[in-house]
Amino acid sequence: MKILVTAKRVPDPESTIKVNSSGDGIEEAGIKWVVNPFDEIAIEEALRVKEAQGDAEVVVVSIGPSEAQEQLRTGLAMGADRAILVTGENLDTSAVAKILVKIVEKESPDIVITGKQAIDDDSNEVGQMTAQLLGWPQATFISELKIADDKSSAECTREVDGGMETISVPLPALITADLRLNEPRYASLPGIMKARKKPLEQIEAASLGVDTTPKIVIKSMAPPPAREAGRIVESVDELVTALQSEAKVL
Amino acid sequence: MDFELSIEQQILRDSVRDFAEREIKPLAAELDRNEEFSYDTLQKMAEFGLFGMFVSEHYEGRAMDYLSYIIATEEIARVDGSHAATVAAENSLGIGPIYYFGDEEQKRKYLPPLCRGEALWGFGLTEANAGSDAGSGRTQAVLDGDEWVINGSKIFITNASTEVSAGVTVLCRTGTLDDGRPELSCILVETGTGGYQSKVMHDKMMWRASNTSELYFDDCRVPRSNLLGVRGQGFRQMMQTLDGGRLSIAAMGLGGAQGCFEMALAYAKQREQFGTPISQFQVNSFKLADMATEIECARLLLYKACWLRDNHKPFAKEAAMAKLNCSEVMYRCANHAVQLHGGYGLMKDYDVERFYRDQKLLEIGEGTSEIQRMVIARHIGAL
Repeated sequence: MKILVTAKRVPDPESTIKVNSSGDGIEEAGIKWVVNPFDEIAIEEALRVKEAQGDAEVVVVSIGPSEAQEQLRTGLAMGADRAILVTGENLDTSAVAKILVKIVEKESPDIVITGKQAIDDDSNEVGQMTAQLLGWPQATFISELKIADDKSSAECTREVDGGMETISVPLPALITADLRLNEPRYASLPGIMKARKKPLEQIEAASLGVDTTPKIVIKSMAPPPAREAGRIVESVDELVTALQSEAKVL
Repeated sequence: MDFELSIEQQILRDSVRDFAEREIKPLAAELDRNEEFSYDTLQKMAEFGLFGMFVSEHYEGRAMDYLSYIIATEEIARVDGSHAATVAAENSLGIGPIYYFGDEEQKRKYLPPLCRGEALWGFGLTEANAGSDAGSGRTQAVLDGDEWVINGSKIFITNASTEVSAGVTVLCRTGTLDDGRPELSCILVETGTGGYQSKVMHDKMMWRASNTSELYFDDCRVPRSNLLGVRGQGFRQMMQTLDGGRLSIAAMGLGGAQGCFEMALAYAKQREQFGTPISQFQVNSFKLADMATEIECARLLLYKACWLRDNHKPFAKEAAMAKLNCSEVMYRCANHAVQLHGGYGLMKDYDVERFYRDQKLLEIGEGTSEIQRMVIARHIGAL
């Protein structure tokens, strides 16, 4: 069995994000970069499937700048077997999905697991687009994954509005990981040691023969407005009036 | 010049930070209060791979450079001094001497369980009347046939009286040199050897969740082959071990200072007085700016000392400077952190109270600040 997982390089969620001076992106100086937390959950799930199946291979893929090697090495240190880095600049979700399709066609995995979304642009598109382009079944926002004994299908529990939905998808399939799927392991020191000897293949996006012209152009970025200070009211009546006439929420 | 850490070192820092935040930080205050050495956390640290970090894979070590070990120690110290002490003492003082001075047989016998973290090992240098003047110890070993007979005692020995302590490296007088000075040698003594006893020391001000021991040798007999390295080289071995050990004490100062700074900054930004977060008052923002600046300087000095060591260049002077500086930087940072916390900083509910106590050891253990200044003064030719 082969499992392909993604590892996008994103700013640490604990970093303080500022809009850059040209107003079309974030200020990258001083930012700490990490594996997208939802991708980390995807990697953990792939490793758990591998541990349960015994003879499985986990391939971790990143598409982005060459610095994403660090995120791939983190995936390898967690326990993935090998890594593929597709380097390219200014790639939007549709370009990333098309590149990922090429890698999937080359690797022929039984399952592709991606994070449900990356925490930088919160697009929540790459998994779905990839499955669509491949013509594969997809199970999104999953909180539980069970591979059938004969490995021909997977039972996925999805977190949907107001409850859970359990579906079965034939393999190969694409799955996107939600927050409660698992708690990712640390890259242990023995894991970091082993990662030294694991292969990391680098491919240029331009060599894959896909049109990566962005379909989306970011025109501007602005920080959220500063929160205004609260106000202490004298009575319930005053509060109700304020909610009705000022906040207009009642 | 290149100030970037390698990818592996960055991953290591993130991973140890994550481990420390999840496995150590939530328990640290309670273990300190109860003066409890946690075997559960020890096992987690062992499985995570924090022991034998710079030892070759041949003896089941992690084969990392010294800087990686220092970064790991720094990250543990950022959340707790006691656990950093267990890790630093074990790597530098327990494992170090056997790895650097032991013969092949000793290394094969002792290092694998120590690197797996299944067993701990002590470093018996200090005696009740031999602290800074470490060479004046009275513990004696006399050769009787094929055995050393050891008599004497040691004090303040880390990791030597836990349930998994496998033994201790002991500095002993093994004879008298022609000039009348004592001949000093290191001898390995296993736990369970007749005449050897180790006793847990209680009521410490700091590092209360780490293990500190008094050792007693009463006609304790060990095989002649338990001599570590060359007879008469004991003091030199101990001093060389301390050069490396000083880097790990410095790492504890740096990590502790970083922890104090982060707690102080977070608190000062949310604590309001006179209708304003107290970080907005210049007197406080300048304290925080000083802390950040001192920490940056301390880190540069310590990492440079590690770089010298990793590149096989002399590093003893820089190690003494880093140990002196990092422990004093933490002194000032812990002081500012408690001050910024005001009355709450005096309460055990806030971690800065523990950091304030834990800091004090760093100016005393593995060579006092006074001894570091002496070492540096000798290196620069002033003494």
